[in-house]
Order: sequence, then C-alpha cells, then structure tokens
Amino acid sequence: MLAKRIIPCLDVDNGRVVKGIRFVSLTDAGDPVEQGKRYDAEGADELTFLDITASSDKREIVAELVRRVADEVFIPFTVGGGLRSVEDIRAILRAGADKITLNTAAIENPGLISDCAETFGSQCIVVAIDARTRPGKDGWEVFTHGGRQAVGMDALEWALRAQELGAGEILLTSMDRDGTRDGYDIELTRAVVDQVRIPVIASGGAGRVEHFYEALVDGGASAVLAASLFHFGELSIKDVRSYLRSRGVEVR
Amino acid sequence: MSHVAIIDYGVGNLRSVEKAFAAMGCDAVVSGDDGVLQSAERLVLPGVGAFASCMTALRARGFDSLVRERAAAGTPLLGICVGMQMLFEVSDEFGTTDGLGLLRGRVRRFANDLVVPQVGWNRIRQRRQHGLFAGVEDGAFCYFVHSYYCEPENTDLMVGETEYGVKYASVVANKNICGVQFHPEKSQHVGLQMLKNFCAR
Repeated sequence: MLAKRIIPCLDVDNGRVVKGIRFVSLTDAGDPVEQGKRYDAEGADELTFLDITASSDKREIVAELVRRVADEVFIPFTVGGGLRSVEDIRAILRAGADKITLNTAAIENPGLISDCAETFGSQCIVVAIDARTRPGKDGWEVFTHGGRQAVGMDALEWALRAQELGAGEILLTSMDRDGTRDGYDIELTRAVVDQVRIPVIASGGAGRVEHFYEALVDGGASAVLAASLFHFGELSIKDVRSYLRSRGVEVR
Repeated sequence: MSHVAIIDYGVGNLRSVEKAFAAMGCDAVVSGDDGVLQSAERLVLPGVGAFASCMTALRARGFDSLVRERAAAGTPLLGICVGMQMLFEVSDEFGTTDGLGLLRGRVRRFANDLVVPQVGWNRIRQRRQHGLFAGVEDGAFCYFVHSYYCEPENTDLMVGETEYGVKYASVVANKNICGVQFHPEKSQHVGLQMLKNFCAR
C-alpha cells in the first residue's frame, strides 16, 4: 500500500534557512543542506524548500542551493517561491529539484501549468493553493502574493482547473489555520480531495500528532506538510510517524 | 572507460542518479556521447515525463539502436521509471507508442478510481531472489511517481511486486536486462543499495 507522506517545509532566503530551527548539533543551522540531511535522517518522506529571496540574481542563488541539496539528500525535494516562467523552472529542475510549486504565477497565467506539464511532465508540477474561508462560510477564496491578495476565485474550482491543466499534485494551505496550531482545516481538505484525482498535500495548522491523523484520514490527504512545528522541535517526524502507525495509518 | 554510463538523451534531470551512484562508490557518468555509451561496462536508461516524448528523444539520437545492440551483446542494462517502461514492447500512453521491445509485455494506465499519479513511498515485495535485492529487506519502501505500470507477458520477469489498486511489476529482470519503476536515487538507503547491487552484478 502507498504510504502517507510527512513533509517538512523550510523557508529559505538567499540560500539560507531563515526560520529558526533547534537542531543544536548542526555545525551550520542556517544551511539548507544540513537541515535537509537532518530531516532525511529523521525519516521525512520529502523536503519542501520555500524560497523567499527577493534579490535580482535570485535564480542563480536558488539553483546553487538546489545543486547542493541534490548532492547530499536522497529523498525527493520540492522548490517553490516566485517561479514565474518555464525558464525559471527549467533552471531549478536542471539543478536537481524533483518538483516545483507554482502559486501566484499560475493564477496570473494558468497556461504556465500546462506549458510546464508538457515540457517537464505533470509529475514535477505542484500547484500551491492558499485558501481562506469566505464570509458566511460560503466556500473558500484563493489568495496570492503570500496571502495578501484575494483572487476572486473559488478554491475548489481552481483545484479542478489546475488538475485539468496538468498539475501533478495540489499543495493546499489553509490560511485560516496557518500558524494557529489548531489543526488542519479538515473540511477544506476533504472538499478538495473529493474534487480532484491527483494527490493533495494538506498544510497549515498542525500543532499535535492527532492533527496529522485527521488530515490524512478524515481529510483524505495523501500527505501532510508542516513547518514551524518541526523547526522548533516541539514534535519530531519520528513522533508523528509512530503515532500514525499506532493508529493504523500506513507510513514508511 | 567508465564503469556505468547514464544515458543522456535530453530528458529529465540525471544529476541525482549520478550522485546516487557516486555515494555508493560506483564510478558513474552521465553521457550522451556515443563513444562513452559504447564502451561503458553498464548502462542506465533513465526516463521521466511522457513515454512517447522519451522514445522520440531516444530515437532522435540513435540511442534506441545502441541500447538494443548493447543489450543483445549482454551489457547489464538498468531502466529507471519511464526508462523501465521503455524496455517493453508498447505503451498505452496517449494512444499506443512502441517501446524498445527488449522485454515482452505492455505498459498500462492505473485504474480511474485511484489517485493518479501514484506519488510516494510504497513497498517492494520480493517475488524471488535476485542480485538487485542483496542486502534489501523484503517489503522495503521505495519512492514512486508514475501513472502507468509495466505488465510483463511472462510473470517470471516480475521479481519485485508492488500493490496500488493492482499488484504490478515494480522490479523486472531478464538476464542482463532489468528495470525498476521507482526512483532508486530518491529512495534513501534502499534505493542506493540497489544501485550498488546493479554495479556488482
């Protein structure tokens, strides 16, 4: 049986991990490669790097990071953040990333999803959707630009459209839950999972081991992503895996 | 002369495969050079994306004949992911497309009621002993990303089996020709061990 995946996410700026992380044994805690190796050793099923570099030579900085990670980490890794063109993506994949995520650029130009799927294959195109509950609980609204701009689009419709355009996976972040540690938005996760046939990665709100179980079993997600919870060492990937296994969820 | 040559025909990122061999102390090189591919002791045929575009790219460089000739001469050959699928006669992806025909059988799509592509870690059940499995536990997890799977005509070729809606061939082997549907270069120690075993065969 296919195992459910646990994916830690790291924020990277100028090739360095910026969110604090309490891996005291690391010689260089800001080094994405060191942190990647550590998560790899802990049993992470994949790694996701969210790049927030704003400088103009961003592409080269990110490519260099990807090259270094590819040399050392033998699990799949995904790079997202500000990728805007087929050429941007080609550079990142060529440097050794296994998948890339598209968010704002895909909303502004949905054809980018199909262009990338045709050029590189759907298997490496993850469409990231940031969604927030609409007033009156009337579904979920899609946001871009790091959650600052409402798009005027329904999250379920966008997920379906992304799949039709050739997305290989959906990375679904609940903005209502992100950072709250109140648990993933199960209703949103379930609604998107029921809408599409491609894997959905639930993100936003993890605070306890039970939350991972809920997203995977009640929400039906194929994978769960968490950032700060793992960074600050409150929970380890091992804790999550043993809990899930004890509740009968297939994990690696 | 290089020990292992990873065939570069312009498809996908081959750096990870090269690094994985290197991590296991195997001398591997990514190459699209006819001379290197002709003289390598072992060949790896990678592949990602669509079956048809992989076959087209391989043919465009004349490597389809090269792979067939070297395989017929007994050179150890390992197909990875779509590279494994290309070893077979035909794929159902986008109509039907001919493969290399080194192994008899076809490539089919997973059933529609499944989440497709299959993305993630799944178990390899060892149906029989094989050199590729040396030091690998039965039921070990490897990382898969695919929508199509191989169906060998002769089920004896199916040395490793994985379950996703159906039980399908995740590792095939026939004499010097073998293939793995998962990505050994992304499957941590299990995948790396299998790459090392390929070098030792």
